Amino acid sequence: MTIPGFDVLAFWLLSAMLVGSALAVVLSKNLFHAVLWLALALTGTAGVFLLLHAEFLAAVQLLLYAGGVITIVVFAIVVTERLIGERIWQTNRGIFFGALASATLLWLITSTLMERSLPVTPLPALGDVTRIVGERVLTTFVLPFELLAVLMLAAMLAAMYFARPEE
Amino acid sequence: MGLQAYLTLAATVFCIGLFGVLTRRNTIGILLGIELMLNAVNINLVAFARFSGSATGLIFTIFTICITVSEAAVGLALVILLFRVRRTVMADHLDLLKG
Repeated sequence: MTIPGFDVLAFWLLSAMLVGSALAVVLSKNLFHAVLWLALALTGTAGVFLLLHAEFLAAVQLLLYAGGVITIVVFAIVVTERLIGERIWQTNRGIFFGALASATLLWLITSTLMERSLPVTPLPALGDVTRIVGERVLTTFVLPFELLAVLMLAAMLAAMYFARPEE
Repeated sequence: MGLQAYLTLAATVFCIGLFGVLTRRNTIGILLGIELMLNAVNINLVAFARFSGSATGLIFTIFTICITVSEAAVGLALVILLFRVRRTVMADHLDLLKG
């Protein structure tokens, strides 16, 4: 990452990819295509994480989101579309008010951001981010970490209970 | 790139996701919009961690990623159950509580 201007170029390329695929997720008529665009958007987010020197999070993002979530969404689409034989085409409703609400929120956030003076240059990298995160998770944040394990167990049991085969 | 650029990018993705949540008719489409919104929040957290020199934002991102994945699993299981009971996943048709 020592090439001057590399960060800027990579940021704009990733931004274009992320915004473009996010728009495709919410606008494409075919639900399967929307899921594939979501996979691209999540991969772009992993690229942004790499740009911010969070390599571990980029790997987690790719494994959990682009691998796991996309797979279960595809399963859900297959299961819910198979029986009724309805096409996976879908439409949007209330586009005008949806766009109005989103654009208003975006305007509010960006105008607030413009008023503040935010740091322009990142601080020097923390060093081995993966090691630091691992140490902090098992010392300072060990209680939330264990609670997270309980939550994931509960979520897994709930998902299996809801989706169990009919007696 | 400055912190402002990352925050603006995250805000844009968040609002696109919000648009999807507000306008999609299919329940799975709404869940995809929610995924986009949570993803934008993760970008914010990582950007703040990078520009404040503290690893806490990264750890918080791990927590939000895990919670998002649990949410997706339970949400999609609910969608499948809903489909089994009502034979539809269109949010407009799920109006039993309207009376």
